[in-house]
Formats: sequence, C-alpha cells, structure tokens
Amino acid sequence: MATTALEFLPAPLRSLRLKTKQQELLLRVSTLALIYVLAFIVRLFSVLRYESMIHEFDPYFNYRTTLFLTEHGYSEFWNWFDFESWYPLGRVVGGTLFPGLMVTAAILYRFLRALSFAVHIREVCVLTAPFFAANTTLVAYAFGREIWDSGAGLVAAALIAICPGYISRSVAGSYDNEGVAIFALLLTFYLFVRAVNTGSLAWSLASAFGYFYMVSAWGGYVFIINLVPLYVLVLLVTGRYSQRLYVAYNSMYVLGMLLAMQIRFVGFQHVQSGEHMAAMGVFFLLQVFFFLDWVKYMLNDAKLYKSFLRTTLTCVITVGTLALVIGTASGYISPWTGRFYSLLDPTYAKDHIPIIASVSEHQPTAWSSFMFDFQILLFLFPAGLYFCFKRLSDATIFIVMYGLTSMYFAGVMVRLILVAAPAVCLISAIAASATIKNLTTLIRTKTKSPQAASGKTTGSKAAAKGAVDQSLPFQQKAAIFLLLGAFYMLSRYAIHCTWVTSEAYSSPSIVLAARGHNGGRVIFDDYREAYYWLRQNTPPDAKIMSWWDYGYQITAMGNRTVIVDNNTWNNTHIATVGRAMSSYEDEAYEIMQSLDVNYVLVVFGGVTGYSSDDINKFLWMVRIGGGVFPVIKEPDYLVNGEYRVDKGATPKMLNCLMYKLCYYRFGELTTEYGKPPGYDRVRGVEIGNKDIKLEYLEEAFTTSNWIVRIYKVKPPKNRS
Amino acid sequence: MATPLPPLRRGTLLLLLAILVGVLASAARADLVISKAERRVDLTSYIVRVLASLKVENVGPDPVSQVLLAFPNIQAKNLAAIRAFGSEGKLKGQSIVLPIEVVQPSGAPPELTFFSALLPKPLEKGKTLHLDVLTVFTHSLQPFPEEITQAEAQLVVYQDSAHYLSPYPVKTQTLTIRLPGGRVESYTRQNAKLVDSELKYGPFQDLPPFSYSPVIVHFENNNPFAVAKEVVREIEISHWGNVQITEHYNIIHGGARLKGEFSRIDYQSRPYVRGVSSFRHLIARLPPRAHSIYYRDEIGNISTSHLWGDSKKTQLEIEPRFPLFGGWQTTFTIGYGLPLQDFVFTSDGKRFLNITFGSPMEEILIEKLIVKVVLPEGSKDIEASVPFPIKQWQEVIFQDDWSVVQVKYSHLDIVGRPVVVLEKPDVIPEHNLYFQVYYRFSNISLLREPMMLITGFFLLFVACIAYMRTDMSISKNSPSYLAKLQWDEVQATVQKIQGIFEQYLAVHDKLEGSLRDLSRTGDTQTCKAARKAADAQFKELSKELKPLLTSLQSSPQSYQIWPKVEDLIAKEREMQEKLMTRHSTVVDSFEKKLRGQDVENRIGQQQQKIAALRQEVESLLEYISEI
Repeated sequence: MATTALEFLPAPLRSLRLKTKQQELLLRVSTLALIYVLAFIVRLFSVLRYESMIHEFDPYFNYRTTLFLTEHGYSEFWNWFDFESWYPLGRVVGGTLFPGLMVTAAILYRFLRALSFAVHIREVCVLTAPFFAANTTLVAYAFGREIWDSGAGLVAAALIAICPGYISRSVAGSYDNEGVAIFALLLTFYLFVRAVNTGSLAWSLASAFGYFYMVSAWGGYVFIINLVPLYVLVLLVTGRYSQRLYVAYNSMYVLGMLLAMQIRFVGFQHVQSGEHMAAMGVFFLLQVFFFLDWVKYMLNDAKLYKSFLRTTLTCVITVGTLALVIGTASGYISPWTGRFYSLLDPTYAKDHIPIIASVSEHQPTAWSSFMFDFQILLFLFPAGLYFCFKRLSDATIFIVMYGLTSMYFAGVMVRLILVAAPAVCLISAIAASATIKNLTTLIRTKTKSPQAASGKTTGSKAAAKGAVDQSLPFQQKAAIFLLLGAFYMLSRYAIHCTWVTSEAYSSPSIVLAARGHNGGRVIFDDYREAYYWLRQNTPPDAKIMSWWDYGYQITAMGNRTVIVDNNTWNNTHIATVGRAMSSYEDEAYEIMQSLDVNYVLVVFGGVTGYSSDDINKFLWMVRIGGGVFPVIKEPDYLVNGEYRVDKGATPKMLNCLMYKLCYYRFGELTTEYGKPPGYDRVRGVEIGNKDIKLEYLEEAFTTSNWIVRIYKVKPPKNRS
Repeated sequence: MATPLPPLRRGTLLLLLAILVGVLASAARADLVISKAERRVDLTSYIVRVLASLKVENVGPDPVSQVLLAFPNIQAKNLAAIRAFGSEGKLKGQSIVLPIEVVQPSGAPPELTFFSALLPKPLEKGKTLHLDVLTVFTHSLQPFPEEITQAEAQLVVYQDSAHYLSPYPVKTQTLTIRLPGGRVESYTRQNAKLVDSELKYGPFQDLPPFSYSPVIVHFENNNPFAVAKEVVREIEISHWGNVQITEHYNIIHGGARLKGEFSRIDYQSRPYVRGVSSFRHLIARLPPRAHSIYYRDEIGNISTSHLWGDSKKTQLEIEPRFPLFGGWQTTFTIGYGLPLQDFVFTSDGKRFLNITFGSPMEEILIEKLIVKVVLPEGSKDIEASVPFPIKQWQEVIFQDDWSVVQVKYSHLDIVGRPVVVLEKPDVIPEHNLYFQVYYRFSNISLLREPMMLITGFFLLFVACIAYMRTDMSISKNSPSYLAKLQWDEVQATVQKIQGIFEQYLAVHDKLEGSLRDLSRTGDTQTCKAARKAADAQFKELSKELKPLLTSLQSSPQSYQIWPKVEDLIAKEREMQEKLMTRHSTVVDSFEKKLRGQDVENRIGQQQQKIAALRQEVESLLEYISEI
C-alpha cells in the first residue's frame, strides 16, 4: 500500500525513498538508540528521588579508592597501604582489590576533563553503573544476533535494559564492581561465542581482553573461567569438536590467563588455585584431543589407532591425576575457598563460615525474589530453552549452559540473580522473538492474499480461492489474539520493571525515607549526620570501633580510622570486635584499650523502627566472636533458644556492651503513644534493663532519630 | 560571686604607664575638649558594637582639622570596623561620613593605637562638632568558665574602661552597656547602676586626658557564637544570564566548649534548657529572585533547610546536620543563582559587577573571607574597587589585602576564566557593602562555546560519513576482503535486477489496465498499441537484464542467490507469455464480438495461472530482497 501511495509523490521525493534494507537498518538503529537511552534513564530514579550520591556500603570504599586514584595517580594507588582501616593492621589496598571499576571511572573522568567538561568525580562514579548498563544492552543485542537473529537481539536488549535483577545492582549511585562486571561478563561471552562461531584469532583475542577486563573488575570472573571449559567439554562430548573451537579456546585461555595474572589480587592464583584447575585441565585435554585427531589422520588404520588411543588416554589420565594429587598434597595447588564451597553446597557457609552466612545477600534465594526480579522472563525462559534445543548450534548450546548454570547459582545466593539476569533475558528474548515472528508471518501471509486478489481486473473468486493454502480454521484470529497477548505480557513486564525500580531498588540505604502521618515524606538522614559529626568533631587520628558493616562508610564519609570494615579479610579481628560487643563493659574496656579505641559507634533502630540495626545483628557478633573466642557462648544470650531483649532476657544479654550502648537512657524515652517508656519499636517489647549506667564510656553523640549512637571511651583513670 | 574573675590582662598595667607618658606628651593636643561623651556598648551578640557620641569643642586658638581617637592595643587588635559621622553646630544636623586613618602622633605611647577622623573643614575656635564613632570589635567576649556542660548557660566576660579613653579632656560622660538579658554573674560596682538588662556607669565629670578605669562584666550570653574560620565566596558571572554564587563555610561555635557528654534525650526533651548554649540554625538573607538554591556538604545534600521569599529578599534558614555546641564545628556549602541584570551593568563600554562583599549570613563573624570573582572567559582590563573607607586605613583593616588574577576552568573552557581574588580577615555584617569589579567582555565571545559544540558534533558526523565511505581494510588482497568486495557487487547487481523486475511487474499492470479500458470503451486499436508498446518494453528490459545476469552468474558469491534468480526469470517469462496470450485472446474475442460469458470461459484457466504465477514472483522477489 505504501508503495502505491509513494508513486503519487513527485520524482525528487521519490528518489529519497528508503529501500527496505535501509528502512530496516534505520528502524533497528533507532530502536537500539532508544533502548540505550532507556537503560540509562530508568536507573536515574534514585537521583531524582534523593540526590546524586553513592549508595550502600561497598560503593563507599570504591568511591574512596577512586578519589585516591584520581588524586594520587596510578602508581601510588597500586602501592597504597591504607592505615585508616583494620587498625592496627592496616590494609594493602592496591593488592587486595579489583581495580577495574576504579580505573574505569578514573579514565572516564580524565576523558571528560580532557573534553573540558568540568565534572566532579562523584558524578562520574554515580553514573558509571547506568552507563555500563546501557552498554550492556548493546552487547546483549550483538549476542542475541549471534545466537539467534537480529530480532532476538533487539528483544534481548530491550529486556535487559529494564530487567529488575540487573537494575538492582546498577542504579545510579550503586558504584560497585558488579556494575561494570556484568557488562564485561556478557562481552567476554559474546566475544568467545563469536570466536567459536568464526574460528577467528581476532575474536578470540578480543574475548581474552574482555576476560582481562572482567578479571580486573570482579571476583565473579571465576564463573567465566569455569563455564567456558565446561562448555568446551560439552562440545567435545557431543561430538561438536572443531578447529574453530580449538583456536578460540586455546588462544582465549592462554592469553586470558597471562593477562589475568597481571592483576595483583589474582596473580599466581590463576594457575595455582583449585577453582582455576578446570580450565587448565580442559586446555590440556584439548591438546590431547587435537593430537589424537592428527594421529588418526596420519595413521589411517583403525585397529592401530585404537590401541594407540588406549595407551595415550591411560598415560594422560595418570599423569593428570598424579599432577593434581602431588600439587594438592604439596600445597602448590591451593584448595577451594570457602566462598566457592558455599556456592556448590548452600549449607556449607552456615556451618563453617558465619561471616559469609551473616550477609543477607548471601542467603539462598526465595521464590518470591525470582518472581520479583524476572516476572514473565521466568515463564519465557523454559520456552526459550525449547527454541534453543530445537535449533541447536554451538552458540545456542553456550547460552543454554550459561542459562542453566547461572540459574542454579542464582538459587544458591540472592546476589547471583545478577549473573543469571543476562542469560535469562537472552533466552527469554529468543522465545519472545521467535513466537512473535511466527505469529506475524502467519498474519502476514493471510493478509497478503486478499490484497493480491484485489489487484486482479476481472476479479474471479475462484482465482482468489486457489491462492489460499491449506491451514487451520481461525488461524489468523488466533494468531492476532496470541500476538495481542504477547504484547500485553511484555507491556506488563515493562510496567512491573519500572515499578520495581522506582519502589525497591532506588533507595540509597544511607538516607532512609518514610511516609509521615500526614502523607508527606520524612527523611531520616541519621547516618550522614553521625558520620559528619565524626568527621568534624573528633580528633583526626581517632579510632572508631563499630560492627564491620559500617567500616567503609565511616572511613569514606567520616574520614576516621576504623578497626574492622566490609573487606572481611581477617576473621580474628572481626571476632575481637564481636567479643568486645558481647562482653560486659569492664571486659570490653580492656579489649578496647588494647585496640586503642576512642569511639564506639552503634546503630539502633528502636526509636524509629529501623529493623536492620545492631541489636538484630547481634547474634552474628556473638557467633563470629564465639567462633574464635570460646568464652563467648551463644546460649548465654538466648532464653530457650529464643532471642529477646525484654525482662525475660538473660543477664548476660542485658548487661553486655552492645545492649548497654543501644539502650543507654532509652528507658526514659516514650517512643509510641500508649506504650510504656523504653518501648522498642523494632522488637515490639519494653526493654528489660532501663537503668543503664556506663562506667568506662560516655555518650558523645546521638543522631536526631537515635539511629546512630556514638560513645566516647574514657581515658584510663589516674592512679589514686 | 562564687566564680573567681579571670586575671586582668597585662595590658591594663601597661596602660597605666602609658597614661603617664601620654599626659606629658599631649600638651599640644589640648586644644580640643570633649564636652560630652556618651558611649553605648551593645553586648547582645557575639560581635561587640560601641557607639560613642562625642561633642567636641575647639577651645584653642587655631582651627583643628582632625580629631584623634585612641584605643588600647589590646582593643585595637580586635577592631573589625570603625566609622565616624560628624556634624558641626550646636544642634545635631546632617551628619557626614568622615574619612578615618591610622596615625602615630609624635610622643604617643606605643600601647595605644590612634585613629584620626579628618574633618571636612577645620573646626574654628569656639565651634563644636558632633561626632558619632561606631566601632565594632570581635573576640572581645571571653567565655568564662571556658568549658561548660550541656545544660549550663554560657557566661562571658567583657572588659572595658568606665572612662572614655581619649587624648582630650572629657567634661562629662556616661557609659551604657546593653546586656542580652538573663543572669548577670558580676560586674564592677563602682558608680554602676543595673536596670533591667542595662548597666550604666557615670556620669563622670571633668576627667583629664587618658583617664582609664577598668570595668568587668560577667554575664550570661547564649546567642549563637557563630564564627566562620574561613569562608570562600565564589561569584561566577555567565553572560547567558546568571550570576552563580557558591559559598563554602567552615563554622565553629566560638563560645565555651562542651564538657562531658552530649545527651540526645536531654536535648530532645528540653532543647532550650538542656542545650541553651548551642545553636541549631543560621539564617541567610539572599538577594531577591535568588534561584536554584542548594545546601550541601562534602558527603551530600543536607535536607534540613527552609526557604521563604518575597520581592525584597529571599530568606534561607539552614540547619547544620547537628546542633553546634561550644567547640563543635561543621562545614557546608550553599549556592544560588541570581539574575544577571540585577548585578552586572555597563558604563563607558565597560561592564561591572556590583554586589555585596560579605556573606549573607546574619550575625556571623568571618575570620577569613576570600571572595573570588570568576569572570567569563575572554574578559580583559580587569580591576576591582572595594569601597572600604579610606585608603590609608586599608593597611589596618586589610592586613594583607591582595588581589591576584587566577584562572579557573569550567565547562568547555580552553584558556580558563580569569578570577579576581580578594581576601580580608575579620569580616562582620558591617562589611556587607557593595563592591565593583570592572572588566571588558565582547558579546561575540559568548558564542564561542556553542560554536565549539556545534563544530565538535559536525566533525563527529563528518568522521562517521568518512568512515562509512572509505575502505579501511589493511590488506587489499586477503581472501576475506575480496569476498566482501564480491559480495557487495552481488548485492548491487541483485538490487538492479530487482528494479528491473519491478518494472516488469509495472508493465504487466499496464497491460491489465489496457484490458480494463477495452472492456469499458471497446477500443481495440489502443489496446493493440498498448500491447505493442509492452512488447517493446519487455525486449528492452530483457536486454538490460542480460549483462546483469551474466555478471551475477560469474560471481562466486552468488551461489545462494543464483538458483532463486533463475527461478524468478523462468517464472516471469512464463507469466509474460501467459499475459500476452490472454491479452491477444481477449482482444480477439472483442473483435469477434463474442459474448462476455465465452470470453470468461476462454481465459478463465489462464487467469488462475497468472494469479498464481504473480504471487510466486512476488514472493521470490521478497525472498531475494531479504538476503
């Protein structure tokens, strides 16, 4: 119809008419551009609702290190020994972090400065994650095109742009490793699949660099270095071995390994630790396979080849096992780390490493959060798997394996939903795109025949009937109906994603917001109030003791030295703090004196009803403290296995340092109308010890909503 | 009187010595006599303001052109501002501002600092002059005790002389000290009278020059002792219509330090009793039409602030993150934009900025104020004129006044913006006067930055176009490169072939059209002509098609397309033939005047085939175009 309309246009305008191909390209590019912009702006809710600020805990460390990097340059950063954390041990920052994120932000900052845009480094850090999320959509498009077609690529880009599972870690201000790492992960996978598909050295090289970037950005690179060999193994087993695979894997592994070893935090682990051994094993296996292939080609004798095969395999397996055993026994190959174990066995951390189990994002995932983060993708995912199996190729095998393994990990740990999100989006995109394409072709063939018939002059009905192919009745209507249903589902997905982003994932968690009784928004800015007080009104060399959760924030915002922080590298040190918090005041005083503590900071939600406070985390302190110091026993704090703070609580509980610091003079305060004074709004009970006297500490500052309380450790008494 | 008074300052003793010397040396200055001196000292805030109303009489023979004002050095070092207004005559009339400069009269004791108010015209013999001298002192209220607990009120000590220290004899004088109200712990009781919150000394009669009688007042003062250690005020002019002001404050509570704990529950339940010495908010009076106001610090936005505005002013009430007790400090930044036309004017081809010097905060003492005026990039001939009273006095008031041209880089700057930096210690609200910065700036420079952006984007697009149009491959004879070239060629050929086929289809439509005309008009001649024309066109088109097909066939890249194209050609040929035969049949039957029914019967079969063929051709064309 459009063509006929165009024919009435004057000639010069007609020559401007785009060819179908160009139209398609224009449509595709503009859709991608829109998706790119959408992925960026949907992550800006937090900036609009609150302000351009860094969120949560770890990002504050990243921000602080980035600031250091931009101020002091790379070599200083590389050699940075941070004496402001882990007092008195300190931390070798340059050697214990993944520098990818900081270097990326610093480069972006330098680049913008070079273009004479006078931006602040904070703005760059805040917007790094959305920027990389937008780039991820482009990679998802390319990946989708590689494994299916460009339509699936477009759908994948659109899905991943707003997928809540990914947004949760990449909103503006969430300046964490994951923000760039997911981009790097997907890029590495895409480049590797591309390398396998083409067998080109250039693409394998590119994927090695992608891997290098991933290693520099996030510890999750272990997933790549295990998934890729697994994929190669599966291809070998299913008889899909090819020269392309050989080239792609070998060059990617060797180069990627050499590059990854340049990251100080990884170093020789890459060839020595148990987690990386699978990749090395597969590398050698591939060589053996290639060798055998060559021998088979040269021999041309089935019998001889068989016996050769047997001896070679026996030799290889013996040598491999021996190497592994000797390596492990001599300690050259380090065993698997606790984190790795806890991924394979979800109950492992709970029994052996309380410090990992205490983090809420390391808990197994609930079904509801799958639904929350994926919504319809959860249904499209199996459908997509079906389509992948129907059109099996090297690329689809890869995405299927990526999808299945990452779904398993997502089930083990909440935070790993993030890793699964791209795979789920890609596979769902295949389902959505394939379905819609099938439906539209159905509709299009039907709508075309009457049009063709109407073009006839003498318009005989018999002719028109002949053109109709043999098909089911109501096919067209059903197709239209299904198409509408698909659009409805996809639009529901978009609405759900926007809602989740705006409601759940855009809170900075430093600033708390609540609805006041008259409907207005009430802001609790207590954290920053306390940190700023520390920064301004304590001596610059003051040492602050708090639970490790707040370590990064205190050093970044309060600019003061902390005893422990979120980089939980020294369990004993954390246990010491846990022990101090769970001891009586005089015992705790001795521990604090030995650690040179000047101030103690606790977080208390009893006045506002803020539930993630230190009293609720207290049992973990007891557990972690008790894990190292057996004097601390968990049953001392529990009454018949029940944790309580009211009159029925154990005397040890009622008099330990944490209890005293949280509830000091709380007994005089009426928090809720109609309740007795000293009513804890989080626990919903009246506290058990209202007459708290402090002997060795004094209240130094309490924020306006009591969320953060800071106590000063008194100097030792003069000898009388 | 439980608390002992602090030791008197050493200066007092020295003064007594000075007085003796002074009396001996001041014979030459005895021409003037102060017939009446009234001093009012305002101690309600942290900044001490003393207004001395003097009636000066010339009793000597010669006209006098200056009046000397003396201050002990310990007071003079805290002197932030001094202003004198004079009017001659018996009655107080129109007073004029007198220029003031620091002088060092010969033989004057070194413990005293002298200022001289220059009279506009010499004071004749026997004439009287009304002189009002306003002096403002900082750091003159000493907290005592120096450390207090949260619930205690803050007590301060003020020291002065009950007698007006002057190089001239004073006939009659009084001293009134206004206190902020509240408790008065103690005061020098000699000749004193305390009524409400006003303390009166005197009147004293006929005192010789340099009389000095120390008084001490120890009283409660809980007004905010807000002291800014340093304020950096940056005024950035944009000729796109905005004057952006950014002020960085570092504020400390300058009163008695907090001792012991800070208890939130006490402060929360009775903030004006348990925390009386603290302050929790500051008020800034911004110019009217201030917009885009923000209030933040190093770690982010501070949400506790309120804003009111009317046509005369904009009032901003800011609360620091925490209440400030004695010795506590905080830093923050406020920023706001102002309309350009309110503050930047032109005169004699020069532009000038006319804006107040000090900070908009109420009752705040700034120990060090740095004002930076950032002018637009490309400004020239910059000069600043700061209207602080008399030039000679600058040495005292501006201890190290300097103005340096720096450079600041902002968005899209290349050479940077010139910055005028003015620094002044001890700034009080009295210094909130207008000052000017003159500069030259041409309007064309305004367009530089947009032009830069436009050029940047233009170059980007040009680069894209160039990239798309040039061949960037390194090796020109690698197999993959050659294959790509061939593929491009194939695609071009296929597109041309497609075009030809579309023409074919157009010709078919024309033939059909002619048949339709025939059935309407019955004119067989035109119909035959149309067939002939179509035939010719077909021949021409096939001639065009031939070289394209051979080139396509010879290309190694076309193995996928070629069978389809062949198929297409065959189908099209068939369809062409069918159409022709049908055409001739219809024309024939018209000539033979057959009935419509018969015609229909004769061509029915063909009709069906043609329709099927046409559909096939179209689907083939579509398939090819998708490749």
